[in-house]
Amino acid sequence: MDTEFISGRITTITDSVPQITTVWSKTDIWNTIKVRWSIGRMNYKVKQGLYAVGTPDENADVFVSANFKLSFDHLRRALHGMNAWILVLDTKGINVWCAAGKGTFGTKELIYRIKVHELDKIVSHRKVIVPQLGATGVSAHEVKNKTGFSVIYGPVRAEDIKAFVLAGFKATPEMRKVNFPLKERIKLIPVELTYGRYYLLFVPALFFILSGLNIHGYSVDTAFDTGRKAIVNLLTSYLAGCALTPILLPWIPFKRFSLKGFAIAMLLAVLLLYFNFLGKNIFEIISWFLIIGSISSFLAMNFTGSSTFTSLSGVQKEMKLSLPLQIGTAGIGLFGWIVTRFV
Amino acid sequence: MNGLIYLKNVVSLKLDQQKCNGCKMCTIVCPHEVFAIKDRKAIIQNRDYCMECGACEKNCPERAISVKSGVGCAAGIINGLLRGTEPSCDCSASKSNCC
Repeated sequence: MDTEFISGRITTITDSVPQITTVWSKTDIWNTIKVRWSIGRMNYKVKQGLYAVGTPDENADVFVSANFKLSFDHLRRALHGMNAWILVLDTKGINVWCAAGKGTFGTKELIYRIKVHELDKIVSHRKVIVPQLGATGVSAHEVKNKTGFSVIYGPVRAEDIKAFVLAGFKATPEMRKVNFPLKERIKLIPVELTYGRYYLLFVPALFFILSGLNIHGYSVDTAFDTGRKAIVNLLTSYLAGCALTPILLPWIPFKRFSLKGFAIAMLLAVLLLYFNFLGKNIFEIISWFLIIGSISSFLAMNFTGSSTFTSLSGVQKEMKLSLPLQIGTAGIGLFGWIVTRFV
Repeated sequence: MNGLIYLKNVVSLKLDQQKCNGCKMCTIVCPHEVFAIKDRKAIIQNRDYCMECGACEKNCPERAISVKSGVGCAAGIINGLLRGTEPSCDCSASKSNCC
């Protein structure tokens, strides 16, 4: 576990607490880039517990965070120049919002941390500032009942913390709202791209090998010629579902993610058709439209999990119709494509 | 929210206004401005914006709100179907890359 951000220790009435820096080092920036590409994402943690920013005393505010290092890093950077305490919950290395959904960033863990670190002896006030998205797992009135500490819900984004504190712990409606702007959608694309990395090797390889089949047996030349095109088609469908649909999300008509992904795929398939990638006859062309459409549709539907506005009931409703259609479409497409090898 | 609204008339959110004490907690924790306060009582002003995160239910001291909360995530729902459990991303266990 990386502890580079610890600059010293300060002694409190109960313990010695690590004092941390508020500026990201080169390693922090590099690790953030790696985590955005899913490298080491599941083990990017800081130790849970109490930390000091600046030289906090008994009047300093207490900010609660998760032990996913990316969450922790955003908080400490936002507290630059302040004297404050950070109370890190053990969320198994998961970010605040997801951990709150699972309950690890939750009432029980917060109560436990307040007690085990004897917060009542370290600060004289009785309030903790919890990120608003933590509310999914934290019951403010229950924490108050069990510990005497009031939970104040801070802004959604750490960067708004200073303005929030200056305004007397008041968040503007804008600070309370979760949007999904282009910048945030782009940040998620690397993780989306790594989502099907094993299939990305296996499926094109399979198509490449099958491409050599013909009525006379097997031809390596055909495998290279048709297979090359098949790989381009498959990659296009992958990018359509994992990158293009998320980027263009609000501008694609339709509410269903699966339809958004299908629509983008159809546009790209027309482009591929124009450049002669979809094959030699109408059956092969239709087969490719179905394959490209179903792959992109499925991947786009998976983006519901990364989006910030889809509900469980909604996704269940969408999948009930979309998933069988995707499977059916992919099946017919694949069957058609294999049959056209022999005609 | 410029085009970022999901399916309509589908969420399980319920508010019992009789129980509401007007504490405003739901308006604070909701990330999508689903609630507003009118005549010292909560009202649902943007039902279709609800993503069923469950923050309002959890923070309503009067238990006036109920919602079937969970992950609005297709991969999570498939995970649940395959394992015969509730929909769950369960990133830590499966090492998948969601959330």
